[in-house]
Amino acid sequence: MSGPTPLSRDVVVVGGGLVGAAVAYGLVRQGLSVAMLDEGDVAYRASRGNFGLVWVQSKGDGLFDYARWTRSSADLWPDFAETLKDEVGIAVGYRKPGGVHLCHGEEELEEVELRLKRLHNQAGPDGYEAEILDRAELDELIPGLGPEVTGGAYSPHDGHVSPLYLLRALHEAFLARGGLYRAESRARRVTPDGGGFLVETEKGERIRCGRVVLGAGLGNRELGAMVGLDVPVHPLKGQILVTERAAPFLDLPTIYVRQTEEGTVMLGDSHEDVGFDTFSKPPVMGDIARRALRSFPVLRQLRIVRAWGALRVMTPDGFPIYEESEAHPGAFAVNCHSGVTLAAAHALRLAPLIAGGGFADTLAPFSSRRFDADAHQE
Amino acid sequence: MRCDLAVIGAGPAGLAAATRAAEAGLSVELFDEQPAPGGQIYRAIESVPAPRRELLGPDYAAGAALASAFRASGAGYHPGALVWNVDATLAVDFSRDGRSRQCRARAVVVATGAIERPTPLPGWTLPGVTGAGALQILLKAQGLVPSEPVVLAGSGPLLLLLADQLTRAGAPPKAVVETVPRGRLLAAAKHLPAALRAPGYLAKGLKMLRALKAAGVPLHRGATDLAIEGGERAEALSFTAGGRRHRLEAGLIALHQGVVPNQQVTRLLRCAHRWSGSQRCFLPVLDDWCESSVEGVFVAGDGAGIGGAASAALRGRLAALGALRRLRGDVAEDEAAGLRRDLARDGAVRPLLEALYAPSEQVLAPADDTLVCRCEEVTAGQLRQSVALGCPGPNQAKSFLRCGMGPCQGRFCGLAVTEIIAAARGEPQQEIDYYRIRPPLKPLPLAELAAFEADEDAA
Amino acid sequence: MLTRIRSEAREPGGGSEAGGTLRFTFDGREMTGRAGDSVAAALLAGGVLRFRDSAVAGAPRGPFCLMGVCFECLVEIDGQGNCQACMVPLAEGMTVRSQSGGPQVVAPAAGRRAPGQGETT
Repeated sequence: MSGPTPLSRDVVVVGGGLVGAAVAYGLVRQGLSVAMLDEGDVAYRASRGNFGLVWVQSKGDGLFDYARWTRSSADLWPDFAETLKDEVGIAVGYRKPGGVHLCHGEEELEEVELRLKRLHNQAGPDGYEAEILDRAELDELIPGLGPEVTGGAYSPHDGHVSPLYLLRALHEAFLARGGLYRAESRARRVTPDGGGFLVETEKGERIRCGRVVLGAGLGNRELGAMVGLDVPVHPLKGQILVTERAAPFLDLPTIYVRQTEEGTVMLGDSHEDVGFDTFSKPPVMGDIARRALRSFPVLRQLRIVRAWGALRVMTPDGFPIYEESEAHPGAFAVNCHSGVTLAAAHALRLAPLIAGGGFADTLAPFSSRRFDADAHQE
Repeated sequence: MRCDLAVIGAGPAGLAAATRAAEAGLSVELFDEQPAPGGQIYRAIESVPAPRRELLGPDYAAGAALASAFRASGAGYHPGALVWNVDATLAVDFSRDGRSRQCRARAVVVATGAIERPTPLPGWTLPGVTGAGALQILLKAQGLVPSEPVVLAGSGPLLLLLADQLTRAGAPPKAVVETVPRGRLLAAAKHLPAALRAPGYLAKGLKMLRALKAAGVPLHRGATDLAIEGGERAEALSFTAGGRRHRLEAGLIALHQGVVPNQQVTRLLRCAHRWSGSQRCFLPVLDDWCESSVEGVFVAGDGAGIGGAASAALRGRLAALGALRRLRGDVAEDEAAGLRRDLARDGAVRPLLEALYAPSEQVLAPADDTLVCRCEEVTAGQLRQSVALGCPGPNQAKSFLRCGMGPCQGRFCGLAVTEIIAAARGEPQQEIDYYRIRPPLKPLPLAELAAFEADEDAA
Repeated sequence: MLTRIRSEAREPGGGSEAGGTLRFTFDGREMTGRAGDSVAAALLAGGVLRFRDSAVAGAPRGPFCLMGVCFECLVEIDGQGNCQACMVPLAEGMTVRSQSGGPQVVAPAAGRRAPGQGETT
């Protein structure tokens, strides 16, 4: 082959968003030499359109291993935030005041209550801590609620964080521990190569590695196929609105409205199956505004400063995919749409597994082979 | 609401485009944020008292004819209307009197004009420091002039024009501090023969210089290392010129480093843009009929590239012809050729002006501790640090630092951010590109957005 | 400070017809402007340069561009925060306030009491 001798690293992580950066940071913490390959300034970059919830209460209905995994990450979060601050001096604004899913009308409340019951039952001895609050109890917790709010679900494990500061802190912490970062270096090809892998970027740079972790979000579908990984992910567009700064009024995150540390109020979020379109669309923006005002009519005069359209990385059942290639051991796919909530678990639990040789039983339920089984049943 | 042609902006380009298109029988709706036609260049042109119009000069007074032709044209007019979104289907969402509505157009002329180039300098956020354009707007729109010492500092024809207008209004500036480096005139001189083809510009410039001299306004040339001093407000401007440090006490300091296209709408539409080295800014990529890379979206006036008011009106007419060609297949080749000839003639002075008044190094490469994003208070040094972290461009910098996330939505710092990242990465500005712009184009109350429903007939 | 040019220096008569005098308050202080003024122009004509404190550092700020671009002239007008003073025409009887920090969306008393926040007198 022509060209200069490739660089060599223990691991190449493909993807510099929240998933890739958390895993890459976790791997350098394990003492491995790691290269993280990222896209350019304009990328689909789900991480930049993230709502910033560390959210537990609704996760895992139908696959309780996901609830356990999520909860373990939420439990790691306080230390994780401290660690990042110690390492690079960036306060990512993590707060854990508990979180509330606000319900409008009896029907939504009933639905949420049913989910709660199901999760309680699926939890068994592990326990599942969330409760339904009635309107009076909510008023104790949250000011300014509108008349249509009937109640809500509260979990003490929910919290929130600045996803943008988190991304920056992960990048800085990765660099501080000697990681190699390459921007504008979308991975074009991953080739199994004598027990390891050769990763080639769009700029033509080649990096040789013993293991490769695909954390490229929607890009994993194509890259996975090169190393025997089936990654059936598709885009689900989400739009988010952000207001101007307001005086602090809301410390608890709610599922569609949260106030950031800076005072801006984030309003989420839509679920649109529209392919790779990231434009912000007024009809959907209006829906988001209306829902937010049903919860908090006091926000009426606050102005929207920014809107975001980003693409969630969805799997067929909405649960993560963690998979090591059978055909080419050492190639891993990591996919989820909760890159903030799971950042702590990705850095502190998943990365050590990769460093230690492979995904253990803990992550077996998240294998993408579960979709093969579905296919056979049909 | 529906129309053939929606025009955004009521400066010379927008007025001329709307007038020409309405004359040709298109249904036209013009949206403008100001309460009256004229844009910034012809602010208050319909209501200005005669003595004020007199002292602003004949170039300003020329706007009256454009405004009255527009009033007579039959084009729909929506003053006080903020266009906050335009999409690729040419639906124009606008806010007026606290209510948002939609106008579905078949073609759009973006005539949103120019804004002043960001001038990041030490102390430039202090009260009392403004853009030179701001003082000119106060004079045009309200007949207000400084009653305390004012210093004008920077580079560009507007600086001299403002000094001349203030002098004629009885409020001469304490000094004009030009940042044009010595020797720049010599370098620009090669454009002189071409510039002489443009009507009147150079003679007017020389006349203004003579008038300032006669009025005893000191002109400091070749100034560098500008710094504004003050605690609660501006107190003085200090700078180096002629080999020594100067300090001018003044409570008002007006900065200027030329104007650049206001590109919010064309960026929102994700029109293709290219970097202009001579104008030192991004320009939308346009064809001979002023049409952008997004079909049906035309750009006229300074938003298409800085050319001044006379060119803006010419390009407005050309864009209207472009829209007629697109919508009805009418090809007015002769008229278009005439407009293009006039544009070439009027624009002949530009290469000279661009070479002579290129922005100063100090604002293109501000010191590390100078604020660049005024809203979120992000410094040039922080931007450079983010590049050291591997940040490839303005959008990643925005998410790391919050620059461009404040109420101005990056419209003011955007160009400075691109320049700083480009220099730090050693790459051309074209590669670094610009903030991605999204709706709403200006902050919009949540209740208004919630009450907004797009045209029900929309597909 | 700014002042009207000589030909327009004479105080206009009352009323809101062109050139008429308009009364408003800024931080409780009685002020006057003229029909045709933006709120920003009227404040500048009345000697006010500092309109607000910046959102992050709390530093003094005033208008920069006066054409709706820079968002430095933000003030509270008749209870609505973050208004661009340069884009709002002055009207008789306006209540204008300087700004510091973000607008209050919930009156402090209505919210939960923050830890450590004692009784107020």
